Amino acid sequence: MSTSTTQAPLGPPAIALAPVGTVTLKINGVERQLQIAPWTTLLDALREYLDLTGTKKGCDHGQCGACTVLVDGKRINSCLTLAVMKEGADITTIEGLGTEEKLHPLQQAFIDHDAFQCGYCTPGQICSAAALLTEGKAKTTAEIRELMSGNICRCGAYTNIVAAIEEVLNTPKA
Amino acid sequence: MNSFTYTRATAVDAAVREKSADDGVKFIAGGTNLLDLMKENIERPTRLVDINTLPLTTIDSTPEGGLRLGALATNADTAWHPEVEKRYPLLSQAILAGASPQLRNMATDGGNLFQRTRCYYFYDLATPCNKREPGSGCSAIGGYNRIHAILGTSESCIATHPSDMCVALAALNATVRVTGKNGERTVQFADFHRLPEDQPQFDNTLAPDEIVTAIDLPNEDFSQNFSYLKLRDRTSYAFALVSVAAALQLEGNTIKEARLALGGVAHKPWRDSAAENLLKGQPATEETFRRAAAAVLQDAKGYGHNTFKIELAKRAIVRALKQAAEGTQHATEAFKNSNP
Repeated sequence: MSTSTTQAPLGPPAIALAPVGTVTLKINGVERQLQIAPWTTLLDALREYLDLTGTKKGCDHGQCGACTVLVDGKRINSCLTLAVMKEGADITTIEGLGTEEKLHPLQQAFIDHDAFQCGYCTPGQICSAAALLTEGKAKTTAEIRELMSGNICRCGAYTNIVAAIEEVLNTPKA
Repeated sequence: MNSFTYTRATAVDAAVREKSADDGVKFIAGGTNLLDLMKENIERPTRLVDINTLPLTTIDSTPEGGLRLGALATNADTAWHPEVEKRYPLLSQAILAGASPQLRNMATDGGNLFQRTRCYYFYDLATPCNKREPGSGCSAIGGYNRIHAILGTSESCIATHPSDMCVALAALNATVRVTGKNGERTVQFADFHRLPEDQPQFDNTLAPDEIVTAIDLPNEDFSQNFSYLKLRDRTSYAFALVSVAAALQLEGNTIKEARLALGGVAHKPWRDSAAENLLKGQPATEETFRRAAAAVLQDAKGYGHNTFKIELAKRAIVRALKQAAEGTQHATEAFKNSNP
């Protein structure tokens, strides 16, 4: 396991911002230390400090779900938590779910079912759906729809998103 | 978001001391509402004290046979907790009717009590709002007020309390355990939140340095005949226009005990004991339910765009009481309500 420290995004800040602390996060299996201001959200830490731009900023107010990541296995809105609050947490982003060579079953199902148009909400949809599968509460189409209600798709690909998730849900584990 | 310093609480007493020593301190738990308000510059704390380090996450039986929800238990862990599902399914159902799975994973039970209103003018720094800036006026009265209150309003404020969970807690006679400078005390749920009167800036009756440590559910059985009915503009993930928590204890077709609380209609979860008394001893019929509904809304006042809520609330009460009497709802079937 490698450890690296990231200090500032995109060069030095325009003005000096005083209180900076250190936070250690385990992201997609890799421990990362960040020098970071306390008001940095987990979402901004991922995108601006760690170059993990798979996680998307949509509304930045917890309403759209584009920023969904898994923290200690649970899906949350990364825009509504501070990076410093997640000291020591195990974080999985879309980059950690699958690789181009070996897609996560949900990633393959989203492709097979044409479950996106512009694709902006897709990383959040897939992270959310991955947690839905492990939670084990959704059994029916209606329950998938209800338990995916925190992820908005402005293109309206809902029918195919639900179909993709349902296929993975109903596929026996190998 | 303004700049602030950040520390982690080491103990409940220490957290209370930190807050009482500095007006700029805010506690942060789930952060789902506080950070949202900070991004809008409505909340501007100078220091955040992270209380997630405190040992308040468990759900345990109380010596009196009830259930104690730790203030830091998440909404999701509470709604899906086997004891809550079995003994307090009304609470499970109310929690699952609110927010999204992501937010329920973050939001805590204690934090849910401190949610602030979603009145659009409260969120809009460009408009007057007595809750945000006391004395500046209320933009909702005479403005666009479709989501606003119809009961217990004042000339200062017609905002509603947004929580679903709190409506069920009011109906279930929960008590809130609170620690402050002078030690621990308990607050009846009905007395926790307040009406706006001429001080809408205060949502609840706690002192500024008090912290909620737990919510206690009494040893009462409303696990058979209950309903949480939430009516909103879209099927899921929206705040209530009107919601009803109804719970009955029946002997044959006679109502032995009744609980009735409404959400989306007032500055606090609206429990109506007088309407409950109208139900007690009566047959569980539509006529009885209609009388209770009329009693709840007899002093209701519409402000134009929200006047439809008066009739909506009456019909919702009747429907929720019918569902409760029929005993057709179960926590794990909560989705049926929202996916007809």
